[in-house]
Amino acid sequence: MSPAPKVTAVLDVDALIDDPGTRVLVCCGSGGVGKTTTSAALAIRAAERGRRTVVLTIDPAKRLAQALGLQALSNEPGRVEAADGGALSATDGRGELHAMMLDMRRTFDEMVQSHSPPDRAEKIISNPFYQTISSSFSGTQEYMAMEKLGQLAATGEWDLIVVDTPPSRSALDFLDAPQRMSTFLDGRMIRLLSSPARAGGKGLRKLLGAGFSLFARGVGTILGGQLLADASAFVQAFDTMFGGFRERAEATYELLRSPGTAFVVVAAPEPDALREAAYFVDRLSAEGMPLSGLVLNRTHPVLAPLSATRARDAADGLRGAPLAAAVLRLHADRVDLADREERLLARFTSAHPAVAVTRVPVVSGDITDLDGLREIGARLAAASDVTGAEAVASEQSLRPAR
Amino acid sequence: MVSGKGGTGKTTVAAALALALASGGRRTLLIEVEGRQGIAQLFDTPPLPYEERKIAVAPGGGEVRALAVDPEAALLEYLELFYRLGMAGRTLRRMGAIEFATTLAPGLRDVLLTGKAKECVARNRPDGRPVYDAVIVDAPPTGRIVSFLDVTTAMADLARSGPIHGQAEGVVRLLHSPLTAVHLVTLLEDLPVTETLETVDQLLAVGLPPGAVIANQVRPQWLPDRSVTAAANGRVDADRIRAGLSTAGLDLSTDVLDGLVAETVEHAVRVHGETTALARLGPPLLELPRLIDGVDLGSLYGLAEALVEQGVGVGAGVLA
Repeated sequence: MSPAPKVTAVLDVDALIDDPGTRVLVCCGSGGVGKTTTSAALAIRAAERGRRTVVLTIDPAKRLAQALGLQALSNEPGRVEAADGGALSATDGRGELHAMMLDMRRTFDEMVQSHSPPDRAEKIISNPFYQTISSSFSGTQEYMAMEKLGQLAATGEWDLIVVDTPPSRSALDFLDAPQRMSTFLDGRMIRLLSSPARAGGKGLRKLLGAGFSLFARGVGTILGGQLLADASAFVQAFDTMFGGFRERAEATYELLRSPGTAFVVVAAPEPDALREAAYFVDRLSAEGMPLSGLVLNRTHPVLAPLSATRARDAADGLRGAPLAAAVLRLHADRVDLADREERLLARFTSAHPAVAVTRVPVVSGDITDLDGLREIGARLAAASDVTGAEAVASEQSLRPAR
Repeated sequence: MVSGKGGTGKTTVAAALALALASGGRRTLLIEVEGRQGIAQLFDTPPLPYEERKIAVAPGGGEVRALAVDPEAALLEYLELFYRLGMAGRTLRRMGAIEFATTLAPGLRDVLLTGKAKECVARNRPDGRPVYDAVIVDAPPTGRIVSFLDVTTAMADLARSGPIHGQAEGVVRLLHSPLTAVHLVTLLEDLPVTETLETVDQLLAVGLPPGAVIANQVRPQWLPDRSVTAAANGRVDADRIRAGLSTAGLDLSTDVLDGLVAETVEHAVRVHGETTALARLGPPLLELPRLIDGVDLGSLYGLAEALVEQGVGVGAGVLA
C-alpha cells in the first residue's frame, strides 16, 4: 500500500485558460507523453470558453490532424470547425479555435526572406548547405517552433496561443536549441575551418599550434571540400542577416519569460517521463520562467473501493463464476497500477511540493475527433484529486448493499 | 539493432536482449548511441565512459559489457589516428570545434556511431574468435532509425575518399548482411504498431534486414475471449457479476459494482485494441510482460529469461 497521499496543489486548468493575462501556453514534456493531444484539448477548451485561440502543433498523429482539419501543411493558422461544418460551441461570440502544423522548412525560408534583400535570400535558400540545415539540423524544429510562436504573438490577433513542443528525448531541448543553433550559425567556426590561416587571429593559432591546421585538414578530408565551400558561402551570405536572426531568437526567449506566458509540463506516470519533467521544472525555475503545473497524463484511477488483496482472495475462492473472478483480478491489477502511479507522483511532488498537479485519467482508444479532445479537456479541468490510494483507503466505510 | 517509438521501452528491451544473448557463458556488448546514459540508469551504475566496461553477469556465467559511444570522441579518435593532433585535440573539443565538425554534416555523426559498432563486431580475440558473441545497439527511435542505418545515403554528403569513407563501405556491408537484424520494440497500441509497420517497410526499401518485433509491456487478459467484444462495447452483465461476487461473500453496493463494471469495460477496450494490434503485427513476434513495479536490475533478468524462453539465443534462429 502506498503511504497516505500528501495534499498537493491542484492545477486549476479553467482558471489558467480563462485568465486574460495568459497569452501563451507552452506544453512541454519528453516524447510520447501526449503533449500534442494535451495542447489541442487545452486549445479547444479555451476556445469554447470564449477565447480566440490558436494551437501550434508540431507533428500531430494523422487522425488528430484530421480532427483539427490539418490535412495539408499550410504553415498558417486555419479555423477549426465542428464536424457538421458549424461553429464550435463557444460560450460567447468571441471564442474561436484555429490550428496549424509547423512547416519548419517554410518557416525558415520565410525568415530568411524577411531578413534579406531578395537576391541574397535567393542565394541563401539555393545553397545546398542551407537545405541540410533547414531540414535536418537537430535543433531546427525547436528553433522554428519558437520563431513561429514569435510571429503569432506579434500579430496581436490571438487571446491565447497554445504551443506544442517538438518531440524529443529531453524537454530541455526546446529551450536550448535556439542557442545551439545561434552558436552554430555564428560564422566563427566555419571561417576557422575553411581558411584557418586568416581566421582566428595569431593568439589562437599560437595556442593550438600546428594541431589546428592538421585538424582543419583532417575535417576537410572527411567532409570534402565541396561541403566546406558550401557551408562557407552560406555563412558569408547569412552573416548580414545574422544580427537580426539572433535578436529575433532573443526576443522570443524573452517572450517565454514574460508574465503572459505559462508553461505546463506534461508527463506520463512513468519514471523516465517524470524524471524529465523534474529536470524541466528545475530549469524553468532557474530561468525565471513561469510554470503553471504538471499534467499527469493517462492515469488509471481506481473506480471501485476494494483492496487488491481482498479482490484477489475473493477471486481465488470463487468457483463457477469466471466472469466475477475475472472482474476481481482485473480490478486488483488496476489497484496495483494506480498505486504505482501515485507512488511515482509522490516521489515527484516530494521534491517539487510547490508544483500544482492535475491528473488526466486515460481515455481508451485513439482520439479521432473534436469530441475526443473535449473529453480530454474535461478531464484536464476536472482536477480529480481522488486517487486510487484514497479510494481504497476509504474502504472501511464500505457498507454491504443489503 | 534495437529501435522503437519513443516511450516503448527500447533501452530496457535492448538490455534484456544483451543479458539473454550472454547467458550460458557468452559475452555481449550493449552500445548506447544517444548520449543519455539510459543503460547506466537501468543497471544502476555510474555514467558510462567512452570505453567498454563490464556491467552485468549473465545467467550461466556470461557477461555483458557496455559502451556509450560519443560521436565527438569517435571523431577525435579518427583524427588522432591519421593526424597526430596532440594536445590540440582537447582544446579543439573545448572550443566546440569537434561538435561543430560533426554538426556540419548530419550523416557524419551517424557514420561515426555505426562505425564504432562495426569495429566492436569485427574485433577478434587472439585465438581468432570474435571478442563479442553479439553486439546490441540501443539505436535511435523509429523516426530516425532508417536514416541512422542508411550509411550509403549519409556518405553522399561527405568526401568521396578519406579515412571515414573507407570504413563506411565496411559498415554498409555489415549492416546489409545477415549478421545484422533490426529489432523493433512496440506497445500493443494503435500508433506504435502503425509506426512499427511503416518502419519495417522503410527498412526493406533500403535493403536493411528487419528482425523481430518485440511487443513490450503486455498486460494480462483476465476476461474470457468470448466476453471481450461485448464488454468493449459497454455490455457487461452486472447481475451475473453481482451474483458471482455474492458466492464469494462479497456483497457490494451499487456504486462499487458500477465502478467494477466501468473498470471491466476499460479493460475490455484495451484487450480488444491489443488483440487487433497483435493481428496487424504478425510473426516473428516476441512478447514481454508489463512490470507493475517498473524495471530494476532484478526484473531485467526476468525479462531476459522471458526472451530466452521464447527462443532467443545466439544461433537460435530468430536473432541469429
